Amino acid sequence: MRLENKVAVITGGARGIGYSIAEKFASEGAKVVILDLNQDSIDKAVAKLNKLQEDATGYIADVTNSQQITDIFKQIYKRFKQIDILVNNAGITKDNLMMRMKEEDWDAVINVNLKGTFNCTQKVSRYMMKQKNGVILNIASVIGIMGNAGQANYAASKGGIIALTKSTAKEFASRNIRANAIAPGFIKTEMTDNLSQEVIDKYAEVIPLNRMGTPHDVANLCLFLASEEANYITGQTICVDGGLVM
Amino acid sequence: MDVTAKVKEIIVDELGVDENEVTMDANFIEDLGADSLDTVELIMKFEEEFDIDIEDEEAEKLTTVGKAIEFLKEKLN
Repeated sequence: MRLENKVAVITGGARGIGYSIAEKFASEGAKVVILDLNQDSIDKAVAKLNKLQEDATGYIADVTNSQQITDIFKQIYKRFKQIDILVNNAGITKDNLMMRMKEEDWDAVINVNLKGTFNCTQKVSRYMMKQKNGVILNIASVIGIMGNAGQANYAASKGGIIALTKSTAKEFASRNIRANAIAPGFIKTEMTDNLSQEVIDKYAEVIPLNRMGTPHDVANLCLFLASEEANYITGQTICVDGGLVM
Repeated sequence: MDVTAKVKEIIVDELGVDENEVTMDANFIEDLGADSLDTVELIMKFEEEFDIDIEDEEAEKLTTVGKAIEFLKEKLN
């Protein structure tokens, strides 16, 4: 059990990569708190997580809503008396070529992915500073490193997350709070199901391991970075991408 | 409420210093060994304990124990 008695908050934790991370953490003994938008998905996820580890809970939360996030972290801290790990995973895509991208699609993606990560980091840092201990994992993307035609908003948000991670790592290092970014490549989830076959084929060709990854691959990296084995690693962006970026 | 005693108690608690060191002239950073994050934490603790909001411009001026006590007394009146 590598995360025994740890309390881990995972945004966007009811589905996709977020749920896989929640499942992995719970199976390693963590008390998992998932934040998501839909009560039904939360209930289903929490029921499954509770079979792995008691004390799994979930809250309806919109990461773009600063006040709501403040209140939720307050409740979580009150309940568990500690918050050891935050995984900023909540993210959306609204792809379009730049010439056709609507202002609201730009704003929505930046708000959820980048501002959401900032909001949760800011709120949790208060408790982690008090504890003088904590791990923050930000789910970025290889797109935030490479860029991608048709994903200007998403690429900018994920690149922003990488820079935010470095600032977080520097700002809180003296309080023993580590922050790292995880940059998944092409991972098979509901989100990538939205991509056109053309895009998927194009990238499959250039992935050295010649296949898409699974949420499980991402969860394994998160587990390592959240565990004490990664105690001397902070401010890094680590790709889990089959060799796509190197 | 004895604001002076409460502020000193918070400072001792937050900065882990001895009560004797918390004199009116003591500068949080130079004398009490606080770093920039400590001072932010202190301000947040004052806000929480006294249920007030302290603006950044006000917070910047609270460099010593005496200045903090004076400010908080005024604010609470």
